[in-house]
Amino acid sequence: MTSYFLPRDLHPAAWWVWALGLAVAATRTTNPWLLLTIVAVAGYVVVARRSEAPWALAFRLYLYLGAFIVAIRVFFRVVFGGAEGATILLRLPEIPLPEWAAGIRLFGDVSAESLLGGLYDGMRLAAMVICLGAANALANPKRLLKAMPPALYEVGTAVIVALSVFPQLAESVLRVRRARRLRGGSGKKVKVLHTVLIPVLEDALSRSLQLAASMDSRGYGRAGLVAARARLLTGTLMIVGLLGVCVGVYATLDGSTPRYLAAPVLSAGVVIGLIGFWSAGKRVRRTRYRPDRWRLPEIVVAVSGIGVAAILFVTSDVNPMNLNPSLLDLSWPPLSWPPLLGVLIGVLPAFLTPIPEPSYAALEEPVLEKEVHA
Amino acid sequence: MIELDHVSFTYHGRTEPVLADVTLSIGEGELVLIAGRTGAGKSTLLGTINGLVPHFTGGHLEGTVSVDGVTTRSRPPREFAHLVGVVGQDPLAGFVTDTVEDELAYGMEQLGLSPQVMRRRVEETLDLLGIAELRRRALRTLSGGQQQRVAIGSVLTTHPKVLVLDEPTSALDPTAAEEVLATLARLVEDLGTTVLMAEHRMERVIPFADRMIHVPGTGEVIDGTPPEVLRDMPIAPPIVHLGRLAGWDPLPMSVRDARRRASSLTLGTPPARSTTDGEELLTASGVVVRYGPKVAVREVDLTLRAGEVLAMMGRNGSGKSSLLWAVQGSGPRQGGEVTVEGKDPKALSSAAARALVGMVPQTASDLLYLQTVAAECEAADAESGAEPGDCRELLDRLAPGIDPASHPRDLSEGQRLALVLAVQLSAAPRIMLLDEPTRGLDYTAKSALARMIASLTAEGRAVVVATHDVEFVATIAHRVLVMAEGEVVSDGPTGEVLGGSPAFAPQIAKILGEPWLTVEEVRSALPQEVP
Repeated sequence: MTSYFLPRDLHPAAWWVWALGLAVAATRTTNPWLLLTIVAVAGYVVVARRSEAPWALAFRLYLYLGAFIVAIRVFFRVVFGGAEGATILLRLPEIPLPEWAAGIRLFGDVSAESLLGGLYDGMRLAAMVICLGAANALANPKRLLKAMPPALYEVGTAVIVALSVFPQLAESVLRVRRARRLRGGSGKKVKVLHTVLIPVLEDALSRSLQLAASMDSRGYGRAGLVAARARLLTGTLMIVGLLGVCVGVYATLDGSTPRYLAAPVLSAGVVIGLIGFWSAGKRVRRTRYRPDRWRLPEIVVAVSGIGVAAILFVTSDVNPMNLNPSLLDLSWPPLSWPPLLGVLIGVLPAFLTPIPEPSYAALEEPVLEKEVHA
Repeated sequence: MIELDHVSFTYHGRTEPVLADVTLSIGEGELVLIAGRTGAGKSTLLGTINGLVPHFTGGHLEGTVSVDGVTTRSRPPREFAHLVGVVGQDPLAGFVTDTVEDELAYGMEQLGLSPQVMRRRVEETLDLLGIAELRRRALRTLSGGQQQRVAIGSVLTTHPKVLVLDEPTSALDPTAAEEVLATLARLVEDLGTTVLMAEHRMERVIPFADRMIHVPGTGEVIDGTPPEVLRDMPIAPPIVHLGRLAGWDPLPMSVRDARRRASSLTLGTPPARSTTDGEELLTASGVVVRYGPKVAVREVDLTLRAGEVLAMMGRNGSGKSSLLWAVQGSGPRQGGEVTVEGKDPKALSSAAARALVGMVPQTASDLLYLQTVAAECEAADAESGAEPGDCRELLDRLAPGIDPASHPRDLSEGQRLALVLAVQLSAAPRIMLLDEPTRGLDYTAKSALARMIASLTAEGRAVVVATHDVEFVATIAHRVLVMAEGEVVSDGPTGEVLGGSPAFAPQIAKILGEPWLTVEEVRSALPQEVP
């Protein structure tokens, strides 16, 4: 039991599975109570289990984004007509539009039903966005990239490097802009842009050359000795697999093609592609330093997320009214126990997982504070 | 271990080879110091060792370079990752990951070492370099010296047989540079790795270098033991100049060595250092600069007189730059007063402020954005409302003979600095602030800069130089101001401040005692020396 709760960072994929489970659950319902519960569950787990890292602090931004989405949805219902329903709340003058814009209505009557519809819809979308934000706050995005299959390693590294360029770019923009003032930074806007852009780009270019040289001399992209035949086999498998997937998808979507081209070809293509992927990864001789391990807490986290989604699927079959409150007659949306308890399963990770390892900054903070006070 | 056999190298589009018929053989466990002017081909020579030259840079290589029996001709640099570790000038630019531990492991991950081995080596390397307490830190938050030690550690984890370091301390303050060089010295003792190092602060490395290679820039290289090579080398640390002056043979290689011999030296009276009492050009009192809760400059007073060179010293982050920016008027200033000719530069427009106080920032090239030197000069004249041709005239006085059609990027570090200085001088300020102008300059470029500064003060201007270079300060400064944690720790004539301090004493002061600071002073005081 003690080893279970030893502080450590969980596998990022576990948090993603959990968050996607919550998000899928959110797609199943427009019941505001359930949606609010999902957001509350996500928020509670984030607060309980996030680290001090910068990405963890971005959760608040996702909350703002959610609120913004809801506001926009409701606002659009007001602007582009919301007269479906009997309870008219607002009578706005309708702006007549020309013939070709038929079907679009500007302003006019606004009914409570359509506003509520917009509100529920917006809340559902917002809840999904917030769930993804929770995953972002809990899982280190860079570690997730690191946990990619070996065949995608090179792509992952490229993405990591690209991500680290942005703060550098921002830094050099600030520096150059400050320097511009030393040269009497006046003139037209276009010219000022030019004077900032050129040194910044030059800086970025020389930095990336240095980085490339450094990565090269440290062994990035060491192919190792791969036999030409093995490479050919991998390539063939990948291409055949992809072709199969394309044909399969087309056949599945287009009803007029023979059925034997649909599901069988699709699944065969996926299997062949995966084999190619696996063989591509197998020849990559690279190892991982302190990889994130998948242990019992990870299983608990993932299962709790999947559980939430599963329960909402099951309960929606039993009583759809609970999940999608009717907009025909205005009333407080009903709430029954099974889906509510189902959503509450999602909060288990807040109690049943080890806390993240404190970062260096967190250990240092109290010392700094002491110095300031002294 | 490393064999260069008749190696010649020419960059693409050039006719003159950088290296011409170089043959070298470097044995296992040797520490080789590579010296030469900036742009003479030191980096090119180092780059050939793991194949970055020519695989990465392009160009034409003749002859063969082989490391541990493997030639660079047949394999790209990444296939040398387990043999050769490369550390560059700017550690931050070479980092691939973002935390210390990941960075140390990166090279091993590429080599496919087993997790147990990686774990063990990371721990060993953390201890070896004394950075264990930094393991979870983000690389960007480390100080320069710490970053460079992490960069060295990150190549050491693959246990390379050869370590190649290209000016590893050029971007560091003296304390951080000491830190890195001391670490390297210990590595050479403990690990027996072959080390090739290009380094401007030769005097720090010479005592434990087995061999020295001088790259004069003509394509050939001069190879030998440090005393042999240094005897005829035009660029040399002050200790060697002193040794030549006194006729010591063999030349002293360490301060202790020189101090022992110096007892035989009979010197006259040290020359009085010139002082200035020109009119006050700038007065600042109680200057405060803060970034949130962090106070960068804490109630600093400053006066500048006409014809004076003030050197500002102190660790990285001690508030030197913030003070310069605040005095110039472009940077933030939360408190205090700055008065130049009765006006506060912060209250003026940036164009008016630069006519009062000019400044060259740390990365001088940030100010340049045009395609040719001539265009930069024209733009500068227009921006400062000067007569057309003013800037070019200033540039010719500071650094004669720069081709007006050349691109500012292609100029040498020293020439580029001269160009930016000329651009800033075209606004005719009487005060010029230089933030770390000596960074990346070799001995020749530094003496050229010293001449530029002297010509500015001769015109009655005041110059402030923030720098880490004690030898440079000893040559040019009338007054030295040392800052620590945003406060002025000492302020006084150069001789007093530098001579008495263990951290800032120039080499000559360490050898001969307090009043002596430069070789020039010794030269003028030597009775037997006939000029």
